[in-house]
Amino acid sequence: MKASVVHLHAPGPLVALVGNPNCGKTALFNLLTGSRQKVANYAGVTVERKEGRLTGGGAGRAPRVLDLPGAYSLYPRSPDERVTADVLAGRAVGEKRPDLVVCVVDATNLRRNLRLVLAVLRQGLPVVVALNMADLAQRRGMAVDPQVLAAALGVPVVPTVGVRRSGDAALHDLLADPSRWPPPPPPQADASHDDARLRSVLEVLGHAQLHPDRLTERIDRVVLHPVSGPLLLAVLLFLVFQAVFAWARAPMQAVQSATAFVAQWVYGFMPHAGPGRWLTSLLTDGLITGLGGVVVFLPQILILFFFILVLEESGYLPRAAFLLDRLMGGVGLSGRSFIPLLSSFACAIPGIMATRSISDPRDRLVTMLIAPLMTCSARLPVYTLLIGAFVPSRSLAGGIGLQGLVLFVLYLAGIVGALAVAWLLKQFTARGEVRMLMMELPAYHWPAPQHVALGLLQRARIFLQRVGGVILTLTLALWFLASFPTPPAGASGAPIEYSAAGLIGHLLAQVFAPIGFNWQISVALVPGLAAREVVVSSLATVYALGGNQDAAGSLAPVIAQGWTTATAFALLAWFVFAPQCLSTLAAVRRETGGWRIPALMAGYLFVLAYLAAWITYRTAIFAGLG
Amino acid sequence: MDEGFRAAAQAAPSISLCQLGLQRPALVRSVNAAAAGLPPERARQLADIGFVPGERVMVVTRAWPGGDPMVVLVGHSRFALRGAEAACIQVQEV
Repeated sequence: MKASVVHLHAPGPLVALVGNPNCGKTALFNLLTGSRQKVANYAGVTVERKEGRLTGGGAGRAPRVLDLPGAYSLYPRSPDERVTADVLAGRAVGEKRPDLVVCVVDATNLRRNLRLVLAVLRQGLPVVVALNMADLAQRRGMAVDPQVLAAALGVPVVPTVGVRRSGDAALHDLLADPSRWPPPPPPQADASHDDARLRSVLEVLGHAQLHPDRLTERIDRVVLHPVSGPLLLAVLLFLVFQAVFAWARAPMQAVQSATAFVAQWVYGFMPHAGPGRWLTSLLTDGLITGLGGVVVFLPQILILFFFILVLEESGYLPRAAFLLDRLMGGVGLSGRSFIPLLSSFACAIPGIMATRSISDPRDRLVTMLIAPLMTCSARLPVYTLLIGAFVPSRSLAGGIGLQGLVLFVLYLAGIVGALAVAWLLKQFTARGEVRMLMMELPAYHWPAPQHVALGLLQRARIFLQRVGGVILTLTLALWFLASFPTPPAGASGAPIEYSAAGLIGHLLAQVFAPIGFNWQISVALVPGLAAREVVVSSLATVYALGGNQDAAGSLAPVIAQGWTTATAFALLAWFVFAPQCLSTLAAVRRETGGWRIPALMAGYLFVLAYLAAWITYRTAIFAGLG
Repeated sequence: MDEGFRAAAQAAPSISLCQLGLQRPALVRSVNAAAAGLPPERARQLADIGFVPGERVMVVTRAWPGGDPMVVLVGHSRFALRGAEAACIQVQEV
């Protein structure tokens, strides 16, 4: 029986990396395992699990290396820390208890980092200490002698530099040779001697005195200043958005033309009549267009994540969260919600995945619920089409374009809506207690290019795998809905009108009539469930314009003539709030482990969108725009 | 820490970290969550991140307006704390 349990795990001994947050553990993990990493979740929780094989060994014999979530102690206060505590205690479901624990400590902050080492030692596991950032400690005049530390702790100590290539050499050699691994110490439950032991270790090392980090102090004087701090944050955010939209334009257009080209090319080979034409349509309209619809978001997501990773690695992001904490606190959230919401401007899905860093379950849920209100890039094509068709292109006072102003108002409406929803949820769900902040502001570091690159690679892979699958499936399903049943002989309208999607659209038109949507819009909203920007090409299909190449260009005059301005504005208001994106709902289901929250989310967004569109429509008609 | 340092600390009155002035070095005396109306595990968590008796602390900056949250230097680490969290920590100016 026992043998079968062991066989559940991959062969080779298991080494776990443990350390405080910000100790450089993940950088060291990247060095030890190269890019041969498996990123998944721990059983039953949405905590990211990173495992890799030690480089240089055979697939079966080299130790497996597990990068456990950063923790300050083994008394967990977040799902992340709970995983670390459970794995070390051998309690984690589906996880083997590690054969060796590498405690990664930040040599510039032994006072706090050694506390965790002592706690791990008391667990009765064999421990090796990786003295990370040893070079930095030396430069700051607080050099640590590994031999002295090893003698004081009674375990092997190896110096490492996680941000330098081959900075892991000494640790790598030790891990590759299990005969050099230390024996397990006796387990000990009593923690009461930790403080005294820590003091004596620091005493022996000559570290009882503090060495202030002058550089971080100087930078913080500007970054955290009540006036210059928020100003700097605003400028940074502006630059990030500028980059996301300006730099991504060319690659996005390239993806779109490539998609159109490949679809055209495949179309040339395929049969255009008989039953074979369905296969043609499935391949070109369904599969290739669907794939293109996924990849087109990659440039913006990569650019946004590049900035997020750089800001994160440098130590700035927690400071931004600190500066925004008060603002977020007003609506019942903490500064920690800032990063997921920022990500949601590219796409809500990476934003929802980023909520994992929020330790408070209520805050995490509320952040997820409002993430879709941040204007994601998929709404832009719709906004561009409608603004181009209905808002006159003229300059207001001060050289501000009216069209740009409307776009800005739409973004703002999303943010204000999100804050309002969070505030409302605070009235119903926030318990009286004060929510925890206790957020570390790490010392500033230059971000290491190789870690930023690896981080980007991983995000891109996760996005394509998890999101791509969903969008592709939905696109294919909606292709079926929009293609079948086929129009009867002698039918005059667009084929989509006679399909299942058309039928649904006509039914929806009854629901949407009070907010000014005609049946064409209602039909187009159905395929738009896969990805919002599909609405533009669907409208083109409904208006029987055919051809995806320049749908928006030829569509604008048609709708400008066919719709009232009130209808167009109502549709814009609808898009600010609409629960249009099934992939987002699928992502929320995965993160919350059920359909309850995604159903709640879809419901409240629908009501909100309907209300906003109704108010907009009625106001516009009242103003004479009907 | 040396004896003179400790003696100086004994002289100053004990105040909460909330009341400590900006950039004034102080020593942690005790951590008590119940006194600030927080659940008891907060005290343990504050100790985990370094707020233990005898450790050096300093308020680096406070959010404006209102002064909550604040950034506190404890040992070699910087933490953003809410006012209620800081209120758990009794300190003595050095």
